[in-house]
Amino acid sequence: MVTQTRNMLLNVGPSHPAMHGVIRLIMELEGEKIKGVDVEIGYLHRAFEKMCETVMYAQCFPYTDRLNYVSPLINNVGFAMTVEKLLGIDVPERAKYIRVIMSEISRVTDHLTCIGASAMELGAMSVFLYMIKAREYLYELVEEITGARLTISYVRIGGVKADLTAGFVDKAFQKIADVRKVLIEVDELLTRNRIFFDRMKGIGTISADDAIAYGITGPFLRSTGVAYDVRKANPYLIYDRLDFEVPTGTTGDNLDRYFVRMAEMEQSLRMIEQCFQQIPDGAVSGELTGCLVPAAQMVDRAKMGQTEDLIEDEVDLDPTLQGGTKRYHDAINADQKDVVLPAKENTYGNIEGLMNHFKLVMYGHGIRPPVGEVYFPVEGANGELGFYIVSDGRDLPWRVRVHPPCFPIMAALPKCLVGGMMADMVSTFGSVNMIAGELDR
Amino acid sequence: MSFLSSPTGFLTSTIKDALGWARKYSIFQYPFVTACCGMEYMSTAASHYDVDRFGAGFPRFSPRQSDVLFVVGTISHKMAPVLKTIHDQMCEPKWVVAFGVCTCTGGFYDNYSTVMGIDTIIPVDIYIPGCPPRPENVIDGLMKLQEKIQKGEQSRTLYDPRTKTGRPAELSQGYSIEQHIKHIESSP
Amino acid sequence: MTPNLTTSKEQGILTPLQRVQEQFSQEVVETHAFRGDETLVIRPGALLAVAKFLKTAPELDFNFLMDLTAVDYLFFAGGRVQKEFRFEVVYHFYSLKHNHRLRIKVPVDEKDPEVDTLTGLWPSADWYEREAWDMFGIQFKGHPNLKRILMYEEFQGHALRKDYPFNKRQPLIGPQN
Repeated sequence: MVTQTRNMLLNVGPSHPAMHGVIRLIMELEGEKIKGVDVEIGYLHRAFEKMCETVMYAQCFPYTDRLNYVSPLINNVGFAMTVEKLLGIDVPERAKYIRVIMSEISRVTDHLTCIGASAMELGAMSVFLYMIKAREYLYELVEEITGARLTISYVRIGGVKADLTAGFVDKAFQKIADVRKVLIEVDELLTRNRIFFDRMKGIGTISADDAIAYGITGPFLRSTGVAYDVRKANPYLIYDRLDFEVPTGTTGDNLDRYFVRMAEMEQSLRMIEQCFQQIPDGAVSGELTGCLVPAAQMVDRAKMGQTEDLIEDEVDLDPTLQGGTKRYHDAINADQKDVVLPAKENTYGNIEGLMNHFKLVMYGHGIRPPVGEVYFPVEGANGELGFYIVSDGRDLPWRVRVHPPCFPIMAALPKCLVGGMMADMVSTFGSVNMIAGELDR
Repeated sequence: MSFLSSPTGFLTSTIKDALGWARKYSIFQYPFVTACCGMEYMSTAASHYDVDRFGAGFPRFSPRQSDVLFVVGTISHKMAPVLKTIHDQMCEPKWVVAFGVCTCTGGFYDNYSTVMGIDTIIPVDIYIPGCPPRPENVIDGLMKLQEKIQKGEQSRTLYDPRTKTGRPAELSQGYSIEQHIKHIESSP
Repeated sequence: MTPNLTTSKEQGILTPLQRVQEQFSQEVVETHAFRGDETLVIRPGALLAVAKFLKTAPELDFNFLMDLTAVDYLFFAGGRVQKEFRFEVVYHFYSLKHNHRLRIKVPVDEKDPEVDTLTGLWPSADWYEREAWDMFGIQFKGHPNLKRILMYEEFQGHALRKDYPFNKRQPLIGPQN
């Protein structure tokens, strides 16, 4: 009698407990072994690139928030810096520091979520709860500055929306200490944990050559031993003034990716601390002098025509935007009238400011970069996040292309999975940190 | 179980209330997480906001075992058939929560690939707007859902963008506009 | 816009752009370096040769194909600018060793949008080319598995072309298998 064996096809996803994100894996199994994987993506295609062609440059920011929704600030910074490169303008020192602080906070939230979720899928539920607790601390910081927790649209072309609030530094140091405590806790829970170790060690391995051939960047590439980091290779903002290391692994397996992410979080926290020491003076000290007028009252006065002394006053904005008054506006925004919206005092207080405001928000006017094309990479949480913008000299971008760091990682996913066991798919998929928003755009 | 169909009414009503009370504190949810809202869903579910206080702390990733479908995040045209399949697989009684503005109306993704509101595909009971909604907002929506479960109400209508009205979900297969107009005219 | 070749040659330092230009002077249509981004526009027929040179020449050593996309120039700048070819396929290369970048652009005709595939040189080209086919309808000759990646098979047309309206919806597909 001849027994026949056949490989089995197993469909995982797009909505599956082990898939945090929408992706579909069609796996060919021989018993428990994975013989082949077909990766199907596109379940969250929201036409980011097409939508950006229909709105003005400044209106693209809400769309960029939702690319990598775990670290939206880095996307904001990347898009703003690409447009600034296209325009050929520079931002004030203080804005650069604020951008770096906020990007690094975002990077930590991203890594926290990734490690928490992948540990949860291996059964370590308490790690997930601890990590979300730490993420909540950082969300509170983000919320204090930007007014929103997640989709914040904080960065502006030529600067940022609001300055740091009074007393922010102390709060930030407190939260950093809290996050460090959580990281130590999690480190004790996971790093010497036999179950976790066995399910991560030597699983999902990829070689450095393969990773480079597939165009993988970020923690995934660094776990294979290649120390490529955009912040070191092409330093942007003020990263060249900061002292930080690029942690690397050796084997490129799941455990290395976990170690690299843990080490990167510590480096990011260090960077935030250094930024607070180096940042040029401004509203961080929190001194507020002069006549403060509530924004609504200022609008009413302007409507009634009482504009004589209005330019002397400062608007008292919402508590979450404490840093929004005029003096701070100038400290964190480039001195470019054709790019940066004027301070609210000027918009309401004099006709030049009002016209400037309208020129920037009306269709057909707005920010109009010269004809040309630029590509600008920043270090996203998952790797090199590059924006490629083609301008035709009008106020709408002709083409916005984002190079998503997840895309090559997912293309190389079969390399990591084939040859392994079916159950290892869960730990590998958790450690690569797929974010559907930037994968499918 | 003859008392369930008792014509006196008193007992039936009590059983219904008791069932509703029991159901509303044992919500087994299916989180159909696709996009950004998933981050806030995580925050709501984790210890900081603790959705377990409302009896909804245990996600079941099997449509057969769950009674509330949380649709969390944008639904694209490619995803729509999957969502429909999962909703069809769930056992009665079932409720649907549209979490985030993309599921409510499509949000600012008014483009070729996004479904403008999941209520054009499956009936929705609770809408939680926000992009993404804050955890407090989600908990508010959850409490509204509990009220609805207590009363035993379920949504059975889909939104029809052509007539700008609701239409019965049963007509979704092989549905035509003539059928729908006939239905509106024939209904009292 | 062509940079002055002789002066930098005398100094003995060639940028990647100049190096490629020197090697393939017949194939290069245009060069520019807007905001420091070195860009080469080459003839479609020379793409494979140039790509191979980029990857193998030791002084270039472009081991990353960072990005591959396309741009549709239909009605560019409100129709005021008429391009000879409607599409351009854009490649971004990066060298880990030398830490330099180069952008290569290949103009493609509307009637027969086809260029050679780079999957043989960089595996990362596989998915990028599938995406360019999905969104712009550009054929890649020799690609092993050229099918839609972001949209579903039933989708008609190519969404990122400028003549596809951004909110043109197609009928929902029903549940499958």
